[in-house]
Amino acid sequence: MALLQLSEPGDSPAPHEQRLAVGIDLGTTNSLVATVRHALPECLPNAEGDVILPSVVRFLRDGNTIVGREALAVQAQDPRNTIASVKRLMGRGLQDVDAPMRGRYDLLDAGGGMVRINTVAGPRSPVEVSAEILRRLRERAEASLGDNLVGAVITVPAYFDDAQRQATKDAARLAGLNVLRLLNEPTAAAIAYGLDEAAEGIYAVYDLGGGTFDFSVLRLARGVFEVMATSGDSALGGDDFDDALADWLHRKASGVDLDCSRSRALLAEARRVKEALSSAPVVTARVPLAADGVREVEVHAQDFVTLTQALVDRSLSPVKKALRDAGLGVDDIQAVVMVGGATRMPHVRSAVAKLFGRQPHTDIDPDKVVAIGAAIQANVLAGNRRPGEDWLLLDVIPLSLGLEMMGGLTEKIIPRNSTIPIAKAQDFTTYKDGQSAMAIHVVQGERELVQDCRSLARFELRGIPPMPAGGARIRVTFQVDADGLLSVTAREQTTGVESHVTVKPSYGLSDDEVAQMLKSGFEHAEDDMQARALREQQVEARRLIEATRQALTEDASLLSASEHATLLTEIEHLEALSTTPDHLAIKAGIDALSAATGDFAARRMDKAIREALTGARVDNL
Amino acid sequence: MSVTLSAAAARHINKFLAKRGKGVGVRLGVKTTGCSGMAYKLEYADDVDADDLVFESQGLKVLVDPKSLPYIDGTELDFVREGLNEGFKFNNPNAKNECGCGESFNV
Repeated sequence: MALLQLSEPGDSPAPHEQRLAVGIDLGTTNSLVATVRHALPECLPNAEGDVILPSVVRFLRDGNTIVGREALAVQAQDPRNTIASVKRLMGRGLQDVDAPMRGRYDLLDAGGGMVRINTVAGPRSPVEVSAEILRRLRERAEASLGDNLVGAVITVPAYFDDAQRQATKDAARLAGLNVLRLLNEPTAAAIAYGLDEAAEGIYAVYDLGGGTFDFSVLRLARGVFEVMATSGDSALGGDDFDDALADWLHRKASGVDLDCSRSRALLAEARRVKEALSSAPVVTARVPLAADGVREVEVHAQDFVTLTQALVDRSLSPVKKALRDAGLGVDDIQAVVMVGGATRMPHVRSAVAKLFGRQPHTDIDPDKVVAIGAAIQANVLAGNRRPGEDWLLLDVIPLSLGLEMMGGLTEKIIPRNSTIPIAKAQDFTTYKDGQSAMAIHVVQGERELVQDCRSLARFELRGIPPMPAGGARIRVTFQVDADGLLSVTAREQTTGVESHVTVKPSYGLSDDEVAQMLKSGFEHAEDDMQARALREQQVEARRLIEATRQALTEDASLLSASEHATLLTEIEHLEALSTTPDHLAIKAGIDALSAATGDFAARRMDKAIREALTGARVDNL
Repeated sequence: MSVTLSAAAARHINKFLAKRGKGVGVRLGVKTTGCSGMAYKLEYADDVDADDLVFESQGLKVLVDPKSLPYIDGTELDFVREGLNEGFKFNNPNAKNECGCGESFNV
């Protein structure tokens, strides 16, 4: 017998049409599942009443798994088979994995781009580990909601690239969940706050989670969210505060190297002390020693602040960058929303308050706010929308998407921070006479030269009809769907021949690299401008040389021997110049050759007209 | 004539109303849809309509429109837990048949 839910006035569902969907915050440290029941969003607890599921999976020899608090509890005893922070490995190759993760687990490069973790149950991919977490949350949701679960919205950091998003979707499917969509975590937090308050304006979301830091600037207008800019640091989170404190405690206590399980116990103790210091001025830590036993170390709140202030400060530079990207000052921000358990630390709150000159919002539990926003979004996507209530959710792409042009230059088709879903088309043409195919190379990044960007895909458009250079019209369309996945289509307009590619996730680009690519785009702006100017002139020089050579072969009879020799000299001169790095000199050479061929071009034109007119009657023209 | 709330139902309704931040009580009723004739309506109430019948139960206002009342007169609304699942249940003496899921009924 189905149990009934309270509905908003006039909103009672027809029988069997109550469609329940959940929002899932798949976090580095903790995961949660939430839903909208009785028209109110709430996190779903397990049978013990816990809403937080630690994102820890322990693999047993028989292939079974233990997930959550029980796995966390035995982490120290079985560290190699108890996987925590697996989100840091999603969509990553072995070479992308940072040192702490390498130290904790037996990682394998298993091909296919994504790292594997060697466990007692055999090698497991990060997707499989994440699926174990998601499966537990799905079971919890089904037990809480009956069999009406239609799907889930799963949140990901704004910085996740295509490979990491795809890995997250794969994990959900493996766990038997229907993914309604992926949602950026800070956007979910904005939904949790924004819809409740129905306020218009520009908001900032400061999300310091277990493993990642995301900062987003969002515009809310008439219930529509637009992400104006995102930035972050994917290698900064509450875990780093634990690591810093654990290091310090270890040095204070003994400094002797600990074995695997004792260093895990040390880390767990550091976490406990960190959490306790948010409300107590002094906490006594019990630090494990290399031999049996513990040493007590007294930690003052001020010690912890001194130790970790650099980490807090590190979060502020992406904040400033995102504001710059959005063309905003701190005064334009109406409110700051705090997300992530790490924002409970008083020195994090005060640093944010100081930068923005106002107290940040902390009304909603920072551990739950993302799951709650995802649940609200899931409820809408499942079709439980009230008549007339029709809101969109706009996200942005983190890096520009474009393609390679002649000379190895990048042509950006969709600039970064464009809202998605988006489709943009641009027309291109052929470079040589009779060119019948075109290679399309799709790249991602902020740099002007293709070699400095990330290659996403290559494909070819064949069957272009023979036409003079510049005659063909090839329309290239870039389309990014609501989940940030890209498809590219090239179509020759006169014949309709078409070719396309959907960018398959090429696992391996880390979000550090995304951040690095963004940073280098700014640092190399000047070099890139010079490089672009040079490549453009080189391409133009080569085009002109080829065209002139072609003309000389066809119409040498129109020139005297000395004129012919002069043109050849100019061509050689330009050829020599085009190998130099001086784009202004190449430009001068191009101008010189153009001027020298002016008379020749006029004679060729006359000849062509004469040939066309010979034997033709005026009436036929 | 009356429609009442169990203590558990009242406790949860109070909690939900407080979280929602507005509402004068709950509205119970029936809709003429569903696989077995009628479907229950259970909603937050923001206003009392002029022809509403208003019952007080466990200190809460329970509103019923006059057309619905004959179908649910004598009902006690309960709140039950079944494992992790929880929700409201109409204990309706008028219902003769329920469809398997209990979401609709006839009299």
